[in-house]
Amino acid sequence: MMDYFYLIPIAIGLGLTALAAFMWSLRSGQYDDLDGAAERILHEETDTPIRRIPPTL
Amino acid sequence: MGCCGSGAELALLLPDARAAGEEVLLASRVVADGVRQTDLSVPAIHCGGCMRTVEAALTGLSGVQSARVNLSTKRATVRWLGDSVPPPFIETLKKAGFEAHLFDVEQDTKDSGLPELIRALAVAGFAASNIMLLSVSIWSGAGAETRDLFHWLSAFIALPALAYSGQIFFRSAWQALKHGRTNMDVPISLGVLLAFGMSLYETVQHGPHAYFDAAISLLFFLLIGRTLDHIMRERARLAVKGLARLAARGALVVQADGTQVYLPVSDIRLGTTVMLAAGERVPVDATVIKGVSELDVSLVSGEHTPLPATIGSVLRAGTLNLTGPLSIVATATAENSFLGEMLRMMEAAERGRSTYRRISDRAASLYAPVVHLTAFLTFVGWLAATGDMHRAVTIAIAVLIITCPCALGLAVPMVQVVAARRLFENGIMVKDGGALERLAEIDTVVLDKTGTLTSGVPRLIESGEVGHELIAIAAGLARHSRHPYSRALVDAAAGHPASPVEFDDISEHPGCGLEARAGAVAYRLGRPEWALANATDVERISGDESVVLAENGIRLADFRFEDRLRVDAAMGVAELRELGLPIEIVSGDREASVGSIAAELGIPHLAAVLPGGKAAHIAALEASGRKVLMIGDGLNDAPALAAAHASMAPASAADVGRNAADLVFLRESLSAVPLAIAIARRAGWLVRQNFAMAAAYNLLAVPFAVSGHVTPLVAAVAMSASSIVVVANALRLKGRRNSAPRPAVSPPAIAVLEAAE
Repeated sequence: MMDYFYLIPIAIGLGLTALAAFMWSLRSGQYDDLDGAAERILHEETDTPIRRIPPTL
Repeated sequence: MGCCGSGAELALLLPDARAAGEEVLLASRVVADGVRQTDLSVPAIHCGGCMRTVEAALTGLSGVQSARVNLSTKRATVRWLGDSVPPPFIETLKKAGFEAHLFDVEQDTKDSGLPELIRALAVAGFAASNIMLLSVSIWSGAGAETRDLFHWLSAFIALPALAYSGQIFFRSAWQALKHGRTNMDVPISLGVLLAFGMSLYETVQHGPHAYFDAAISLLFFLLIGRTLDHIMRERARLAVKGLARLAARGALVVQADGTQVYLPVSDIRLGTTVMLAAGERVPVDATVIKGVSELDVSLVSGEHTPLPATIGSVLRAGTLNLTGPLSIVATATAENSFLGEMLRMMEAAERGRSTYRRISDRAASLYAPVVHLTAFLTFVGWLAATGDMHRAVTIAIAVLIITCPCALGLAVPMVQVVAARRLFENGIMVKDGGALERLAEIDTVVLDKTGTLTSGVPRLIESGEVGHELIAIAAGLARHSRHPYSRALVDAAAGHPASPVEFDDISEHPGCGLEARAGAVAYRLGRPEWALANATDVERISGDESVVLAENGIRLADFRFEDRLRVDAAMGVAELRELGLPIEIVSGDREASVGSIAAELGIPHLAAVLPGGKAAHIAALEASGRKVLMIGDGLNDAPALAAAHASMAPASAADVGRNAADLVFLRESLSAVPLAIAIARRAGWLVRQNFAMAAAYNLLAVPFAVSGHVTPLVAAVAMSASSIVVVANALRLKGRRNSAPRPAVSPPAIAVLEAAE
């Protein structure tokens, strides 16, 4: 029974981390252009994303 | 065109993309100090190479801070410095081989629906997987103490997830109940809430069965369906929006003190003088006060021959000025112009049309009462039989959970998303799932002529008597004009050797034609009565659709033009006929030109019909019990498109028409129409199959639930299994090659379907 006290928080914590990571990636616009992202990986030049501004979101 | 050329089909259809610096400035917005942002729609972008070309071309311009292409939406976002003169984006892109149009971000009221749905889906997914983990331990035989602990943990995960992700269904269900209606979300919300409430009670009472996993995974599955449905509509909406804007955004206005400013269309008042250059669209209804030109009215009235305009001519908003600059005086404001009138007629037509109820809503109105009645009777039955209140409630709720329309919520959107995907691959965009359902029901097809059956672009009638050399001379002259006949000549000369004559001093005489000199020889290309010196010669060549090439007033050759039928228009019409659909043409063009096309295709026709007449004709057909598919492109078709049961428009259609249409097809070929109907019918068939399966599943599962044999494990297995079956069935639209029943789909249509696979 004692195992639960750290195993369960770890399990749920991991899940929550994944959820938070997904929410962050969604909010930072990483799903806006899935087709484009698939193509950009083939280009050599460094390619940093443009900072997004709230109204276009 | 770009790199791989498959975007060419779009560019061919689009009119000249021109935007003055003022127009770019008007459409841009300030994003930071001294930095402006302009969004461009570039429909021809379709691969990584295009993306690089466009980005490199734009960032190469001085003053441009950054440029980023979005391949999914086919848009480019440019940040540039400065407040007055924007860098020449559109011209630069044109040189790089891409047609670009300004994209109005302000008008694109980005709906927050999708991000909200995806967030809800993520939360539900997280909660469902964690609760399911705990539930598996319970089902594997956890001890009473552990079971209680896990039930409590599940409750703590389920509560926030329910509050967050469940909102989407609760809101919609509440809206429906408030208006005294019922929809699919009512049984969903009720089932989920009751399941949660009962499970919480069980947990508090240390009971053995809690349905937290069922409640949350139900939400998760249903949200998948909801999100897919939304993505489909969003995608079509963006694709349609990305097409060129045909309406003028602004106009060059002459102010009282004689200076000229570029004003948005909405700021044009009655009596304002507007300078209209060749190649611009008339912004509001107006009268000509200076200049001579010709106007392309095909989108407004359906007439394909350009009309002459001189002082005093009345122009309708939306027509295209072809050859000469004009000064015009506004006789109406934007809202009262022809376009505004069409919008009002569309609204009237839409009010007249009976509101279509989506098939899932109709199913829900049957389904909800049956389910709720069953659950209630179960409760009453168990209460009467055992007198055990708790047991009766538990079993009744189990019935609700097992019958919750999980499969139904997934069945319809899944099929429609697969169908929309198939159509998308074939260059057809669907506005929403309801459009597919309506398209599957149609039994009559009404076609517009100009721009729909025909491409709206005149073509040179090849006659053996005119030699290639003369065509080349004419094309050399015609290159300097944007008149449709000139373009047709240039097209006809393509591939032949260039003009042997070197012209100098070429000038265009609006309303007449082109004139050029080559040494001492004067060439004229244009109206016979203007080009020819000898009147008797003129008599021989008559008709609006002919043009003469003359050398010093003596006829060299005459050219005739006709509006070209779309690629495989005849085949498209034949396929429609094989689908068993009666077809007719209703056009605003003159009897002569409609009649010849109708005779060629063997279809009955109505010519010279006014916009209101078209809508009335459709309404009359609908009133006689027919379900009409209207296909048209012009402003004048917009009310008819709105009145019809289902509607389609080509990508070259006027903005209003395109927005009114349920489906938009991007390719030249008219075979898009039978293909769309075939896919819609097949999708309808699969939806009905899915409903049948869901009903069969309920028939099987309900007796178990009513008799009190459903445990949370059974509920979870049954629910997941039914969802998987329904999804797998929907995917057959894409994968299966020859499933037996294809009701009312003709062999050629199947061939097209097969070829697309």
